Amino acid sequence: MAAVTVAGLHKSFGATPVLRDVSLSVRDGEFLTLVGPSGCGKTTLLRIVAGLDHADAGSVLIDGHAVDALPPKRRDVAMVFQSYALYPYMTVRENMALPLAMRRLTRWQRLPLVGRLWPGSRLARAAIDARVEATAAPLGLAPLLARRPAQLSGGQRQRVALGRAMVREPKVFLMDEPLSNLDAKLRMATRSEIAQLHRSLGATFVYVTHDQVEAMTMSDRVALMMDGRVLQLAAPQEIYDDPAELRVAEFIGTPKINVLQARRMDGALRVGTQRWPLDVGAGQGRPGPAAVQLAVRPEWWAMREAGAPAQPGEALLEGQVAHQEPLGSETLVHVQVPGQEAPVVAKVPPAEARGLAIGQPVVLATRRALAFDEQGMRLRDVRWFGERRFGVVGGPGGALHV
Amino acid sequence: MSDALALPAPVAARARRHPGARAEQWAAWTLAGPAMMLMWLMLLGPAVAVIVLSLTDWTFGAPAFEWIGLGNYAELWRDRVFWQSLRNTLAYVAFTVPTSVFLGLGVALLIEAGSSLKGLYRALFFLPVTSTLLAMALVFQFAFHPTVGLVNQAFGFVGLPTTDWLKNPATALYALGVIGIWQAVGLNMVLFLAGLKAIPKDLYEAAAIDGADSAWERFRRVTWPMLGPALVFVVTITAIRSFQVFDTVAVLTEGGPNKASSVLLYQMVQEGFSFLRSAYAAALTCVFLAFVLLLTWAQTQLLDKRAHYA
Amino acid sequence: MPEADAAVAAPPSPMQGRRSPAAHPVPGSRPLAWRVLRHALLGSGALLMVLPFVLMISISLKPPGEIFAPGFRLLPEQWHALENYRLAFQKQPLGRFLLNGVFVTFCIFAAQALFALPCAYALAKLRWRGREASFLFVLLALLVPPQVPAIPLYIGLWKLQLLDSYAALILPSTISVFGIFLMRQFFKTVPDDLLHAARLDGMSELGIVWRVMLPTALPALVAFGLLSLVWNWNDFFWPLLVIQTETLATPPLGVVFFSNAEAGTNYGPLMAAATVITAPLVIAFLLAQRWFIDGVTMTAVK
Repeated sequence: MAAVTVAGLHKSFGATPVLRDVSLSVRDGEFLTLVGPSGCGKTTLLRIVAGLDHADAGSVLIDGHAVDALPPKRRDVAMVFQSYALYPYMTVRENMALPLAMRRLTRWQRLPLVGRLWPGSRLARAAIDARVEATAAPLGLAPLLARRPAQLSGGQRQRVALGRAMVREPKVFLMDEPLSNLDAKLRMATRSEIAQLHRSLGATFVYVTHDQVEAMTMSDRVALMMDGRVLQLAAPQEIYDDPAELRVAEFIGTPKINVLQARRMDGALRVGTQRWPLDVGAGQGRPGPAAVQLAVRPEWWAMREAGAPAQPGEALLEGQVAHQEPLGSETLVHVQVPGQEAPVVAKVPPAEARGLAIGQPVVLATRRALAFDEQGMRLRDVRWFGERRFGVVGGPGGALHV
Repeated sequence: MSDALALPAPVAARARRHPGARAEQWAAWTLAGPAMMLMWLMLLGPAVAVIVLSLTDWTFGAPAFEWIGLGNYAELWRDRVFWQSLRNTLAYVAFTVPTSVFLGLGVALLIEAGSSLKGLYRALFFLPVTSTLLAMALVFQFAFHPTVGLVNQAFGFVGLPTTDWLKNPATALYALGVIGIWQAVGLNMVLFLAGLKAIPKDLYEAAAIDGADSAWERFRRVTWPMLGPALVFVVTITAIRSFQVFDTVAVLTEGGPNKASSVLLYQMVQEGFSFLRSAYAAALTCVFLAFVLLLTWAQTQLLDKRAHYA
Repeated sequence: MPEADAAVAAPPSPMQGRRSPAAHPVPGSRPLAWRVLRHALLGSGALLMVLPFVLMISISLKPPGEIFAPGFRLLPEQWHALENYRLAFQKQPLGRFLLNGVFVTFCIFAAQALFALPCAYALAKLRWRGREASFLFVLLALLVPPQVPAIPLYIGLWKLQLLDSYAALILPSTISVFGIFLMRQFFKTVPDDLLHAARLDGMSELGIVWRVMLPTALPALVAFGLLSLVWNWNDFFWPLLVIQTETLATPPLGVVFFSNAEAGTNYGPLMAAATVITAPLVIAFLLAQRWFIDGVTMTAVK
């Protein structure tokens, strides 16, 4: 069990930069997920930690030691590949035994045929077998030990890959999108299994995925990467509630957060034709930028009838119902708002959406919004006008952080 | 599917509309028929004819023939030259196949082990495969010349024994084997290169993480097992080609000296076209065919055993 | 292999020049000794491969005196090239041999394609009674080496009085079961929807073969063509049996005629002839390397 630190990593493939000055720390025993769209550099980062690739600049420390000069086998890491990379011509037992055989047997004991007769070989191999069986049992692989990968299902192969990683008791587990080859149902089941595995082993897990649901549900902390940079490193809830950038807010959360373009006018923000009772400052009382992007999560909208007035401290949007998606537990209502290109999606209880017709004018109301400048950087100095606010740190009125 | 098929008009048939299956049947026979007919005419028919012929005593140009059953085969059994030819052919195969297969494998591994000049080496090693064997055979003939040949000059220079390679009964067959190996290495190399490329990269990475990252361990744990099917394929192809050795024997040694380099096909041609004993030659052909079929059968068996690959 | 002690910021090779991982996957600089060894081994091997070609050309440039002189020199002291090559063309119709080669291989491949493609299509995409049986026979025919039907074919041609003619050279090879097999495998990968669309557009089955299947499987056809070309150009066995007339000889047979005519002592012109005969294919290969090699690997993955 060890902490992993990468500092100032740069990596380019030819002329294409893949990692730009990436630094982050994984705590001892933590489950950290690297998440981001394809091409963001997360897999490259993982491979550099594993030792399969070298960075152009920067360093990797495992358990406090710089490992940049060490080959993968000496870093005491184990990796689960996206394709599992099981040796197709070896049985499950042999697949799991290989890491131990490479470490515990001398090169003479490893010789084909002759090696078995070498002194000490018998005992060492017996110990290896015992360890393999002990690792295979909790994974449910005991009855499959004599089979070859081609005879296993996808889920079983994945467990063999896990077993092969676990058998060595490494300091760090690295996982490269291990669930992406499984069907949806199996994926959910395996997600919780991996999370439980992490709890029982207490080891450091570094997990790579492009699926934000996996990232949110399994991790202690999430590192969101885009274009070779780490945009934010925080616990899942914090990334959700307090994103550092618009890109982060857009990546996390289903359905996607609604982004509205706003302009500052007369000390308030205008969204389309609506005047919203909030202003955004640059901090320390200075006025903020003239153009602001406001982001509202679908579940922060409440539906009102057309023409309903704004209650104190509320912001409104008027539009027409374009589409409805009943999910059962809630309904997604797509509202076309004039001046906004994409429809605004609201997640409301089914009761609120009952009886809505396509084209029907409605009003959406919210008391909560995240603010970002034109470049997408978060603006935290947001002040809502109006009376008592609901669920906000601070008191009624005055400057509040949302 | 009720598509109306507009039929081709190879002869003066007018296009008509038929319902699905019958039209498809007709079309299929029109398309495949000529090829099938040719196949029977040129390949399968004659193959059957050869077997049948081997059961007679017909000689070329004779007005009549008799059925002698397995008489030709009995004669083969007693024929000293046949056994010599068979032994020679097997020796040739045993000499050329392992050598050219492992050389081909070694070259492929060496080429893939680096990154520079890969294309150049690949081209140079493959060059002999495209060359006209007979033309090159003449070059080899010169090289094997006892006095002015390059081989003896080089050997003499470093003190190795020299002889008239093509005229010495002990070495003639192997000299021809060298020519065969020379031409086969490039082909085997290309096939192994394809096999090497097909090995998934992440197997090597998993092995590296597991601790197997030395050249020997990588070869033993990943490369060699994964090349299994390719190896069987290459060995079979090379063996079958070796069995078909004829050109160099006919032109360089004419089966000599004293049948030391006579091979199955060469004897077959001699019996059938020099001595005009067509039926006897047919029997030889059948023996030849039997060996080739045996090799192919062995290949399928070996490949089946490794069918546990995903 | 000694571990690569790469410095912390050792720049790795760019993605484009990535080595295949059959080699060292450990990134970082590789030991110089290993690289030198690799080049030494491959270089000497390549030299041995190329040596006969070099020898051939070298001898074809020399006068008789130098050929038999002891000691080996690459280039002649006295250039005799013109004489050798002139003599080569005079003694035997070399040009004719080459032309025959071109003509015969072209005709053979054209016929092979003409018959094999429609058949492969029928086997791959159409449903008809007799399809399985026909394919079985194709597989069976694949097992039969080309030398086996030789005697009966010879007898047949003799009866038809077609011996010693272009027909004798071309006819038996017009069917290529290998071609049928290869093209069938490729045709199978063409999506059925493409064919449905073509049929709905009113295309005939034959039209589909030439206008839809062929363009899609062009690489396979090219591979097949190259293999057919190389095989038939270099075939010696069959022309030896059926051809007596010099003017009909294909390149390998021509070489042998030449060699017999020269009684094996006039090596200069002999090597010149050999060079001329070998040159076309070798040059074709050097120009179209990728196609040749890809073709071979593609057929191997049958």
